[in-house]
Amino acid sequence: MQKRLLFLLPLAVFLVIAFYFARGLQLDPRKLPNMLDGKQVPAFALPPILDRDDYGFASTDLPGGVSLVNIWGSWCVACRIEHPFLMQLKERNQVPIHGIDWREKTPEEGPAWLEKFGDPYALVGDDPVSKAAIAFGVTGAPETFLVDQKGVVRHKQVGPIDAKIWDEILWPLIETLRRNGSAG
Amino acid sequence: MRKFLLAAAVLLIAFPSFAVEPSEVLDDPVLETRARKISQGLRCLVCQNQSIDGSAAVLARDLRVLVRERLVAGDGDQEVIDYVVSRYGDFVLLKPPFKAATFVLWAGPAVLILLGLIATLIFFRRNRAYAAEEAVVTSLTEDEKRRLAALLEDET
Repeated sequence: MQKRLLFLLPLAVFLVIAFYFARGLQLDPRKLPNMLDGKQVPAFALPPILDRDDYGFASTDLPGGVSLVNIWGSWCVACRIEHPFLMQLKERNQVPIHGIDWREKTPEEGPAWLEKFGDPYALVGDDPVSKAAIAFGVTGAPETFLVDQKGVVRHKQVGPIDAKIWDEILWPLIETLRRNGSAG
Repeated sequence: MRKFLLAAAVLLIAFPSFAVEPSEVLDDPVLETRARKISQGLRCLVCQNQSIDGSAAVLARDLRVLVRERLVAGDGDQEVIDYVVSRYGDFVLLKPPFKAATFVLWAGPAVLILLGLIATLIFFRRNRAYAAEEAVVTSLTEDEKRRLAALLEDET
């Protein structure tokens, strides 16, 4: 009896390995961990985009209240899909959204896009050579970071935000942060 | 002959190309060599199976520039790599580091080979013991020989 069990051992080992390989194949290699979770927002200071030449966007703007930092670009198709929902959020006035205009080919393209479709952002900074994007560990647009009252990154949302993601993930997180923190 | 020479010439210039653009190259050849070496170990996060040194993606370009800027600012090789890892995680390293989470990855094959060797050893040892046991009883007894002869006779 014991010998027969020993014969089954290779099969058992194979099944275990096959299980992990099969699971590995289901994972999305594009989903990277959020290295900033629970850490202070990386330091950045971006110049304004055209037509907004009063003020850009810097990491020092973030402490004080819960906010979203949205990385976008006029070249980014998924951002176009996400954009109407960001406009809705702006109207609801639930949380300020700040924009990092990432890798525009010319300085005119980002502002033209906002002009054409609407501007959901409180503050916008221009990031033509990925300075802030790399500091945030961004790999594609759109990516959105939830930052708490103390300027600590609490969540990274990869891909367009929609009503479902907002209701199920972001808004509950924001409410919890506001309940636990003082300001914001 | 001319065609052959032309083909040979074309083959000669077809060295593997790198994505590093002339404008990115540093003036200091020592720093540039270091930058190239670091870049070859960092994964391009857009194409994923290329290093940033070989990728034409814009994010890879910006990362190459960042690596060079940090080297020029006086960072050591490991400091530069650590910075990129702090932003993107271990996945950005084309050669994964040896630590608790990657132990199975690094030690797995060696452990499996070792187990296989042990299993083979046990198999052959047992086989030898079995063969030795068998050798003792290979010769037939007188009684058996007679029965065998009788059986063979019956057949014919």
